[in-house]
Amino acid sequence: MSTHTLSVLVEDKPGVLARISGLFSRRGYNIQSLAVGPTEEQGISRMTICVSVEEFPLEQVTKQLNKLVNVIKIVELEPTTSVQRELVMLKVRADATVRSQVLEVTQMFRAKVVDVAPDAVTVEATGTADKLSALRRMLEPYGIREIVQSGMVALARGPRAIAANR
Amino acid sequence: MTTARPRPAPRTGAPSEQQDSASQAAASARPATRPARVDPTPATGAQSLVRSLEAVGCEVVFGIPGGAVLPAYDPLYDSTLVRHILVRHEQGAGHAATGYAQATGRVGVCMATSGPGATNLVTPLADAMLDSVPVVAITGQVGRKLIGTDAFQEADICGITLPITKHNMLVTDPADIPRAITEAFHIASTGRPGPVLVDLPKDVLQAQTTFSWPVDMALPGYRPTTKPHGKQIREAARLIAESQRPVLYVGGGVIKAEASAELMELARETGAPVVTTLMARGAFPDSHPQNLGMPGMHGTVAAVAAMQKADLLIALGARFDDRVTGDLSTFAPGAKIVHADIDPAEIGKNRVADVPIVGDAREVIGELTAALRGRDGSPDLTAWWNQLNSWRETFPLGYDEPADGTLSPEYVIERIGAIAGPEAIYAAGVGQHQMWAAQFVRYENPRTWLNSGGAGTMGYGVPAAMGAKVGQPDTTVWCIDGDGCFQMTNQELATCAIEGIPIKVAVINNGNLGMVRQWQTLFYGERYSNTELGTHKHRVPDFVMLAEALGCEGLRCESKDDVDRVIHEAMAVTDRPVVIDFTVGADAQVWPMVAAGTGNDQIMAARDIRPLFDDPESGGADEVVTDIEREQ
Repeated sequence: MSTHTLSVLVEDKPGVLARISGLFSRRGYNIQSLAVGPTEEQGISRMTICVSVEEFPLEQVTKQLNKLVNVIKIVELEPTTSVQRELVMLKVRADATVRSQVLEVTQMFRAKVVDVAPDAVTVEATGTADKLSALRRMLEPYGIREIVQSGMVALARGPRAIAANR
Repeated sequence: MTTARPRPAPRTGAPSEQQDSASQAAASARPATRPARVDPTPATGAQSLVRSLEAVGCEVVFGIPGGAVLPAYDPLYDSTLVRHILVRHEQGAGHAATGYAQATGRVGVCMATSGPGATNLVTPLADAMLDSVPVVAITGQVGRKLIGTDAFQEADICGITLPITKHNMLVTDPADIPRAITEAFHIASTGRPGPVLVDLPKDVLQAQTTFSWPVDMALPGYRPTTKPHGKQIREAARLIAESQRPVLYVGGGVIKAEASAELMELARETGAPVVTTLMARGAFPDSHPQNLGMPGMHGTVAAVAAMQKADLLIALGARFDDRVTGDLSTFAPGAKIVHADIDPAEIGKNRVADVPIVGDAREVIGELTAALRGRDGSPDLTAWWNQLNSWRETFPLGYDEPADGTLSPEYVIERIGAIAGPEAIYAAGVGQHQMWAAQFVRYENPRTWLNSGGAGTMGYGVPAAMGAKVGQPDTTVWCIDGDGCFQMTNQELATCAIEGIPIKVAVINNGNLGMVRQWQTLFYGERYSNTELGTHKHRVPDFVMLAEALGCEGLRCESKDDVDRVIHEAMAVTDRPVVIDFTVGADAQVWPMVAAGTGNDQIMAARDIRPLFDDPESGGADEVVTDIEREQ
C-alpha cells in the first residue's frame, strides 16, 4: 500500500469531519494524519488527509468524498510536486549537563526551543516527516518525555492554486 | 366474512374538515395556493417549516407526531395544501414516502419526532438510499440546550443516518428553515436521487423568525453532472456501431430519469436486446420483442445468457450490483462496457468501464441515439438474435403446478397481473413473492413496479402501496406480499382504512419465510430452522379476520378454480382496502437461479437443469446436474 495525500476544500460546517472520516472508516482505511484549518476564503476549510490505500480503492473513496454535499473540491498532491510539512513539539529531558548538546541538535535541524525548565527543554520543529523522525532519533538518547505532532499540511508547487470557485 | 360493524368513512377531500379547531385563528389569512413569492413576514419556526413545505410543492406528509415535533404539527393542522397522513409506525411513514415517490416521481415526505420516532425511520431511509429514491424526512429534535445531554427522547439522528442518507442537516437557526427545506428537496430530487433528513430542534420550531420565499440555496459543493461528454457519446456510438452482440443493460436510473421514450428510440435504432433489472421493470415494455426480461440471480435464462455472451454491454442507469453480475470475475467475460450513470462513483466501481459516461440517463440515451443515426450501416444482428431467440424459446419463464395439489403461488401472481393489467401499480415485499411478481406480472409502463431492490427490506410492500395509492389515487394499486413480510407492516392497513386509501393486498401465504426456506432446501439439507410461521398450521394470524379487524375487506382463496373469481371480487371493492389470503403451497421455488457466490454461467434454469451455454449449435441442450453447487 502507498500513502496518498488528499487536499480537500470543504464547507466549514458542523459534522463535516465526521462525514469525511466516516467514508474512510466504513471501508476499513486508516487515516494516517489529518490537518484542518481555515483558507483564504471565509466559510471554507482545507483538510489535508494522508491515507494508506491502493490506487483503485482510493479512486472510489475520492469519488465518494466528492459526493458529499459539503465537499467542494479534492486534489491529490504528489510528494514531488508539492511542499509537504508537519510540525512537532518534543519535550526533552535536559538538565544543565546535557542542555548544550540538545541545543546543538536543535540548531542542526533548524528547530527552535520554545520552552525551557531546569530539567527539560521543549523543541519545536517543522519539516517533512523524514526530517522530523530524524530529529526525534537524535533527541531520543536524552529522553523524550512527550511528543505532539501535527497532521501534514501540503501545498502544490508553482503559481496555481486550488480554489473553491473552480 | 362480513361484519355489521360500521366502517370508517374514507376521507377524500383536503384536510379542511379539521377547520373547526379553536386554537388556530392565527393562520386564517394563509393563501390557498402555493405562493411563488412571499415577502418577509413574521412566523414561528414551525409556521416557517409548513409554509416552506407548501411553497416547495409538498402535497402530502406521512408521519406521527410526538413531543419534540409537536410545534410543527400545530400549523400543519391548518394547512390546506399539505395533507398529513397519520401512520401507525414511522417505518410505515418512510416506506409510504418511498412508494409515493416511486409511483409519482415527486419527492416523498415523512415526519417523525425525536429519539425513537426518528430511529424508526432508519430502515426506510437506508432502503431509499440503496434504491436512490427522493425522500425528505423531517424529524423533531430535543431543544438546542438539551442536545448532547442524553435528554428524554434524544437521539443523534444526523449521526445515525450519516451513511444512509444522501445528506442530512441539523437546523440550529430558525431563520435557516426555508433554505434547509429548499436545499433538502433540491438535493433529494436532483442528480442521483436519495433521502435527505432535516433535524429540527423543538425550540427552533417554537422560536419567532421570519418567513420569506423563495430563498437562495448555498450548496457550493453540490453540482451534479447531467450533460454527458460529447466525446464519450461518440466513442460509445462507435462501439455500438461495431458490436455484433450488444445488450442494453437497463437499470432503475432510466425510470428515475423518465427516459422510457428515449430508450424505446435507442432500442429501435440499435435493434439490440434489452434486459431490465429488478429496479427497471417497466422501463421498457415486456411485450416488446426486444425485451429479454430481467437479468440476475432470478432473471431469465435469455437475459443472463445474453449478458454472459455479449461483446458489448451498454449499461444505462445500472450499477453492476452483485445480484445482477453473480461472481464478478466470470461476469460477461467477453464484453466491452459502456457505462452511463449520473453518479460518477458508480462507474468503474464493480466493473471497469471501457467508455464511462457521466450524465442523466435521458440526455445520454437521447444523444446516443442521435449519434447512432449518423452512422453508415450497422452490423447484422441476425445471428445474435437467432441465438437469443433459441435461449428464449428453450428456457422460457415457467413453473410447475405443485405435485401435492396445493395452489401455485406463481399462478396466483400471474393471474393478478393479467386481471389488474399493465395500468395498475404493483408493490411487493421481499422474498419469493417479490421475484415471482417481477417475473410473472407483465410490466408495460414505468413506475408501475415498486419494490425494495437494494436493501431487500421485508415489510416494504403494504406501506409502499399505501404511498403509491396516495400519489396515484385513480390507479389500482396491488401489494403482492408474503405472509412473513405482511406481518411486519400490516398495521398500516388501519391507516389505509381510516384515511381512505383503498389498496389491494394479495398475501401469498405459504406458511413460511419462503425464500429462506428455499435456500434451506437447496443449501442446508432441507433443515428448516426457524422458517415456519404457523400461518398454515395454526392459522395464526387468520389473515381474513386480521383484515376485518383493520377495517379492510378480507377474502381467502385456496384453490385454483377460485383465483380469478376472488381477484375480480377484490377489484370490485373500491371503498376500502382488501386483503386476500392466498393459501399456497410451501414448496414452490423461484427459478431460474444463480446461487450466491457462483458465476452467471452456472445459472440453473430449474432445479437440476443447467443450460449448456458453451455449445452454440445446440442453442440450449439441457445438462442434468445432480446437485446444485453449494452456497459458500
